[in-house]
Order: sequence, then C-alpha cells, then structure tokens
Amino acid sequence: MQSETVAEKAIEERDRVVIRFAGDSGDGMQLAGMHFTNETALAGNDLSTLPDFPAEIRAPAGTLAGVSGFQLHFSSLDIFTPGDQPDVLVAMNPAALKVNVGDLPSNGILIVDKEQFTDQNIKKAEFTESPLTDGSLDRYQVFEVSITKLTLNALNDMGLPTRTMMRSRNFFALGLTSWLFQRDIEPTLRWIDAKFAKKPEIAEANRRVLKAGYNYGETAEVFRTAYKVKAAEIAPGRYRNITGNTAASLGLIAAARRADLRLFLGTYPITPASDILHELASHKEYDVYTFQAEDEIAGVGAALGAAFGGAVAVTSTSGPGICLKSETINLAVSVELPLVIADIQRGGPSTGLPTKTEQADLMLAMYGRNSDSPVPILAPATPADCFSVAYEAVRIAIRYMTPVFFLSDGYLANGAEPWRIPEAAKLPPVEVEFRKDPKGFFPYLRNRETLSRPWAIPGTPGLEHRVGGIEKDYLTGNVSYAPMNHEQMVRVRARKIAGIVREIPPTEVNGPAEGDLLILGWGSTYGSIESATRALQAEGEKVAHAHIRFINPLPPDLNEILTRYERVLVPELNMGQLVRMLRAEYLVDAIGLSKVQGQPFKVSEIVRKAKSLLGKNQ
Amino acid sequence: MSEETTAAKLTRKDFVSDQDVRWCPGCGDYSILAQVQRLMPELGVEREKTVFISGIGCSSRFPYYMNTYGFHSIHGRAPAIATGLKASRPDLSVWVVTGDGDGLSIGGNHLLHVLRRNVDVNILLFNNRIYGLTKGQYSPTSERGKVTKSTPLGSVDFPLHPITVALGAEATFVARSIDVEAKHLQAVIRRASEHRGTSFVEILQNCNIFNDGAFSDITDKDRKAESQLVLEHGKPLVFGKERDKGIRMSGHKLEVVDLNNGGSESDLLIHDEQDAALAFLLSTLQPPSFPAPVGVFRAVDRPTYDASMAAQVEKAKEKAANADLDALFNRGDTWEV
Ligand code: SF4
Repeated sequence: MQSETVAEKAIEERDRVVIRFAGDSGDGMQLAGMHFTNETALAGNDLSTLPDFPAEIRAPAGTLAGVSGFQLHFSSLDIFTPGDQPDVLVAMNPAALKVNVGDLPSNGILIVDKEQFTDQNIKKAEFTESPLTDGSLDRYQVFEVSITKLTLNALNDMGLPTRTMMRSRNFFALGLTSWLFQRDIEPTLRWIDAKFAKKPEIAEANRRVLKAGYNYGETAEVFRTAYKVKAAEIAPGRYRNITGNTAASLGLIAAARRADLRLFLGTYPITPASDILHELASHKEYDVYTFQAEDEIAGVGAALGAAFGGAVAVTSTSGPGICLKSETINLAVSVELPLVIADIQRGGPSTGLPTKTEQADLMLAMYGRNSDSPVPILAPATPADCFSVAYEAVRIAIRYMTPVFFLSDGYLANGAEPWRIPEAAKLPPVEVEFRKDPKGFFPYLRNRETLSRPWAIPGTPGLEHRVGGIEKDYLTGNVSYAPMNHEQMVRVRARKIAGIVREIPPTEVNGPAEGDLLILGWGSTYGSIESATRALQAEGEKVAHAHIRFINPLPPDLNEILTRYERVLVPELNMGQLVRMLRAEYLVDAIGLSKVQGQPFKVSEIVRKAKSLLGKNQ
Repeated sequence: MSEETTAAKLTRKDFVSDQDVRWCPGCGDYSILAQVQRLMPELGVEREKTVFISGIGCSSRFPYYMNTYGFHSIHGRAPAIATGLKASRPDLSVWVVTGDGDGLSIGGNHLLHVLRRNVDVNILLFNNRIYGLTKGQYSPTSERGKVTKSTPLGSVDFPLHPITVALGAEATFVARSIDVEAKHLQAVIRRASEHRGTSFVEILQNCNIFNDGAFSDITDKDRKAESQLVLEHGKPLVFGKERDKGIRMSGHKLEVVDLNNGGSESDLLIHDEQDAALAFLLSTLQPPSFPAPVGVFRAVDRPTYDASMAAQVEKAKEKAANADLDALFNRGDTWEV
C-alpha cells in the first residue's frame, strides 16, 4: 500500500473495500447505499451489493428489529460477492451498531452518529451502558461524528420542520463516505435534482447535507486518511449498474421486442418480486402490458390468457405465490402454451423471511404440481445474468410451447453489479411462428424436432379449436380418456422438456479438467463459490467450479464432468435440493453444504467445507 | 375444425363443433347452448375472433361445443384468464361461461374483480343451485336447509344472490334470464354482447338430475305470468296474467300492488337501467312473496379496463421519442471501459 499526501490528508490505495451502511429502517440506508454504489460504479470499480432490510416497513424506531443495512464490496480487481465482512461500518444509531458490529474485524473503521447514542436509544438497542464509553469498541477505529447536529446546522436557516431535516441524515453519511473513498458526488447531486424537481426545498436540503458530509471529511480534523480504489480492469464496453430484478425486466422486454410480440405481465405484489412489476409498468412504450391482479392465481391466469392470445406472457412472484399458482402452471403444461414464471425465492416455509434470500423452491419448481408435470427450470447466477436468463426463458418458452421457471432469489433481485450493456441487434433471435394455414392443422400436431405443438392464436380464420385441462387426444386435442393415449401424452410431454438439452451449451468448468474436488452450484451462490474456488486454487488445490444455468433438464455433459473429480460438493441455500436431484439422476456421491440463514454464503464457509473434504482440516 | 373463413354468411351450424354434447338428457344447458349458437351468426363478430372461456363444472364444458376458439380452464379461474386475453387482445370477443359453484364459490374473488374492472367480456353464469359435476352437493346459491349428500341434515349457510353480488361489484351490465325462455334468453344475451364492459347474465338453469325443479316456481308455464317480473327500461313494473299487478315503493321497501283492488298504475315504479338503488332492490325480490325479475337490471356506461389499458400503452408509445432497445438498456448513468 502506498501513501501520498494531498491537501494535508493522506490518500491510501486499496485493492478492495467492503462498506456497510446500517441504520433504522426509516434512516434511508438503502438509498445511501444505492447512491454510494452508483458513484462507485461510475468510478469504474467492480462491485457487488447486499441490501438487507427488515420485513416490517417501519418497525419501532431505534429497535433491533428495525435495523436496515446495505453492504457494498468494490474493488480494482474482479470480485464476485458483497464480501464476508465489512472493512467500514456506518452505524446511524445504537441498534444498528449492536446488530452489525460483530461482523467488523479488529481495526475496522466504525463511523457512528454520536447524537443518537442517547440513554433512551441505548436502552432500546438493549445495551446496558453506552458502547461509546464502556471500552467495548476499543479494537476498532471509531469515528464519533455529530451527524445529526451537523445535518441540522447545515439546514438551520431553511425553516424546515425538524422531522424533514432529520430525513437528510443519510445524505450526510453518504457525503462523508464519498469523501473517505474519493467518490465523485456529482451523479448523486444530479439524481437529487431530478428526483425532487417538484420539491425544490427538499432538493436543496439534500444537496446541502450531502456536500456538508463530503466537506466535513475533507476539512475536519477527524479523518487523517482517505482511501482510493482504482478502476477495475474489466472487459471493455459500456456499463451500467443493475439489480437482478431490473436486469430480468429488461431481459423480458428485450425478448418480447425481438419476438415482435406484446409483453404481458400478470402478477400480484410480493416481496422480493414486486420490483419486476414496477420496472415493467414504467416501460409501456415498449408495448408492455402490466396487470396487477386481485391475487396470485389471477396474475398467472391472466398471463396464461394472454399467452393463448399470442403475447409473451410472464408472471412474477415468490415462493408463497408459486404455491397458489401451481394449478395454473399445470394447466399451462397441459395446454402447452408459453409462459415465464419468475420465482424470486425468499426464506420459507410459509411467509418465512420475506426480505431474506433462500434457494429452497427448487423442488417446488421441479415437482410442485399434481401428476407428472415437467417444467424447464433456468436459474441466473448473478444480478446481471438475470438479463440473459430471463431472455433465454422467453425463447425456450416459445420454442417449446411450455411454461418455464426463471428461478432467481432475493439476493440476486436486490443485489447490484456492473452490467456490460449488450447491443440489441446482437441478441439471439427469438423466433415465433404462429400457425396460419388451416390445411393439415391439428392443435396437437407436433414439430418433429422440438415436439412442440403449433401456436394457433384466436383471430386466425380456420384454426378455431378448443384447449383445456382435460387429457386430450394426441393429435386432435379433443377430450380423450383413452388409457394408451394418456400414457402417450404423459410421455411426450416429458420427452419434449427433456429434449431442451439440445439448447444447452457445454458446461463451463473453471479450474482443472479433473482433480480432487468439483464445487457445483446453481443460482445466486455463484459469487461465493467462484471466490472460494479461486482462493483454494491459489493455495494449489486441484479444485474446480461449475455452475449450471439449466436445472431442468440438466446439462447433457454434466454426468461425465462429475466423474472427473474425486469429490463433488454442492453448496446450496437450502437443505440440499440440487444435491438430491444429482444423486438420484447420476448415482453420484455428491455432498451438500447447506445454509439457511436468509443470507448468502460467506466465501470462508465454502472454503472451510472444501478443505475438510480435501482432508485439510485446519 | 373447418377450413372455410367467415366471409360467407354464417348460420347456426357454423358454430356447432364436431364434439358430442355430453350433458345429461334433459339438462337446461342444451337450451342455452342452442340459443347461443343461434344468436352468434347475428352478432356480426367473425367466428375466429370469438373465444369462449370456462372453468370447471357442467356448464364449463360449453366451449367444447362451440366451433370458435375455446379454453376450458380450471375451477373458478375463467374470469382471470379472460381478463388477460381481452386486455392483451382487445380485438377479440371474449365470453366466459361459468356456474354457481365455479363463479361464486371457488372463483368468487375473480368474478368480483372482473366485474369491478369492467373488462369488456360477456359472462354467462348458469345457476342451477347445485353441484352437478361432482354429483349433487349443495352450492353457494342453494337455499338454506338444502338436503344433499354433503348436507344430510340440511345446509346451515345462507345463499348468495348472483344479481345482488354483481351489483355490489358495480357491474355495468347485469341481467337475468331462464334456460327454457328461448326468446327472452336470446334477447338478453344479445344485449349483453352489445354492451361495452363486463356483461353479467345469470341464467336460471334446471339440473334435472340433482336439483330438478329448483326454479319451477318461477319457470312453470302455468305459474310464470304470476311469478316473473319482466323488466323493460322505461316501462312500469307490471306483472300477472292479466297484467293486473305491479311493484311500488313503500318507504324503503318494494311492495306488490293489485291494480284491480285500489292500486293505480301511476304509483308503480318505472324501470330504469341506470338506477343502481332500484336495481339492488329488484335483485332482492323472489317468490313466494314477490315475482322474480328477469331481464336487464342495470346497464350503464363506464370506461372499460381493456380500452383504458390500451390507451395508456398507446399514449406512452406516442410520447416516447425513442423506444428502441438500445435506448432502454442505456438509461440512467452509464460509463465506458
Ligand atoms: S348433472 Fe345436472 S347440470 Fe350437470 S349435465 Fe346433468 S343435468 Fe346438467
């Protein structure tokens, strides 16, 4: 680490930093985190974020239950996770300190809002004494900043009510940390102007406080050092910062535009999927129709109705919603219409942990319907990957005339990373062929290659036909209870989905082609597994990482890959679901690593398990 | 399936599918099917633009018998599926066929919401006050005390009245007709199809297997003049074989007046399809104390969901200077590496 002195303050260079903003859920920590992220993205760092907020919109102020946090990992190198531990913790009140300080390593930077450590708040946070004075924080670099007072000072001549002024405190914290890491606050100032264009006094207040925070860092004799993280060397191109839910929404719009079809979303608000509705609802100019239904069932029902009419149909939800939609998804399987089901998983069972992440709906997606009812399942690995996976889900749904699961989770949905913006013209085609010709038309006459039935939409003369959930004749689609016909239909539905393997590219393996350990993952565990794998490889271990996007059907080369390693480890944020499928499918002795805490894996957790499998118990 | 397009003048036969109709002989559904098939060629809608969507139940087999596009879906969900279809394809003529169980029990929520949204679909609810397909359990419109296989000592819950429910959801077109009243049924369905917005038609339908005669007090030929009140917009509420009885207000209630015995025609209420309060009062009338109103209870104009949604999309398209995908991808702060 080198140091140089600029304007009397040292600037120290760092490769990577993890910062966590924590405060009461009314303190605007998510907003501060988001803008720090945006400033950081524009500075060219690689980054990964982890918002972590309570399910209650406003738990009682100052309590432990009401603490909301936002963690950001940024670096001049490639990074894959939001970081195991923060290097810097900003705690806006005693409760935020209490909940988060345990994660801060010794000598970590701790910034607190001094004025919030009142007797009352200390008691609400269940401290017996003020942690600022009892010596319990001695092992950290503690910066007690009068954030509340400085915020009020900056605004005292504006005549705003105290409540309003207090709402700007997050901008002080943002300004201060922006200085500490030498981020440019211009983009945030621009955002404030645009966002509060109709409330100029609020815009002015936020501007002032943001600048006050920045200037405080620069001038006050409190911080002696600022830190700089150089831009990362990432593939050339144009980038923007993107969350998983936004990426998924853009992927859906892009696929519908490329198919030249209307996009129809039928949905019901549910955490953590609602942002897909919000995002799509704001892009009507792309021929996007969003329908907020009366319930989950109507959401997917309307989507299926739109699919019957020839739209790119989508429903978005989380686990509890999938339970309600199961019957309609099965109807889609039976009538063989294209439908994308975006399941943004969260902790369960039942209402579970609405704002926390989990990967525990895999079995539900795979088997959660009556009878033999195969549905393809695709899972994105990172927030930006949600774009291509959502796009691919639409393409598969149409090509195979089937519902398709897009299995994301809360961590991907709300987490953000830089996205290399694709060129629309270079996206793969989404081919649609509506049946037009009445000659030789049968509703269930299948395409020889894909086994999909024709998409014959209302409005086409001569193709009038009926579909339904009752078993149907193999060719005509008319109601049929014939025993052999039923078996034929069950089998052809299964073969159609199994045939999707022809769409799956060779599985990428990061690491030696054979060796001691393969870590196999799916979905949002990508970052933790990749970081762990690299760490192990750096220590000379023969460890590789493979991450599958298609879970149903599984990649055709997977079986063979599994045989090339002594051991196979499958880390999942559930009690072992993919691992069970792999063991059943391939009779392989794959070993699971489960975590069900509503939080992503820490890299260290995977490294530890891998080492124990490698016989390297520390 | 037929290969011809609908350029030529169509007849009833063009709307008859090649599927055998499988309702029990004598079921009221046959008559309803026949009236709909008869009416279809006269509505001026191309066959290929007509879609029938149903849920589950005896009535819900209806789409299989219509040579149009059809979707026999799952229990109670037809209004939701129809909403998605109509909202994304406003050019289609969308019909929902449902029953008292499908529409008011398992699908009650969807029915309420399609009505309040005023999606431009036509809903035919066949009310036979029983579960037929599952062989005779009581339904949400069965009278209290109904003895069935599932209620051997009589049901203890109170029934829903479909017309009252629809009015409560502020449906813009609410009507009632009867399976065996061919002409009346056709006229009501024609009005329903012409109405812009959700049309709700309750059709009293006899299930001769599990609930025979459920409406005989209303539908019997020799009693019907006394037990049916035929609603006509702008006309006084008169009924009876001799047209010698009428309905008038008495305080906040309706009462029957005998025009031969002191009642005067000028006291009678004039039917007004725009009057929500009157429609509600009429929806509560039933034998034996009152005749059952049939015809159009309410018909009012309101913007439809599908047209309003399409208008928003069209406006957004007009306003957007540049709606290509690259512009979408590059929104907000971006940077070059
Ligand atoms: S059970 Fe009743 S409603 Fe069903 S088809 Fe038979 S007669 Fe008609």
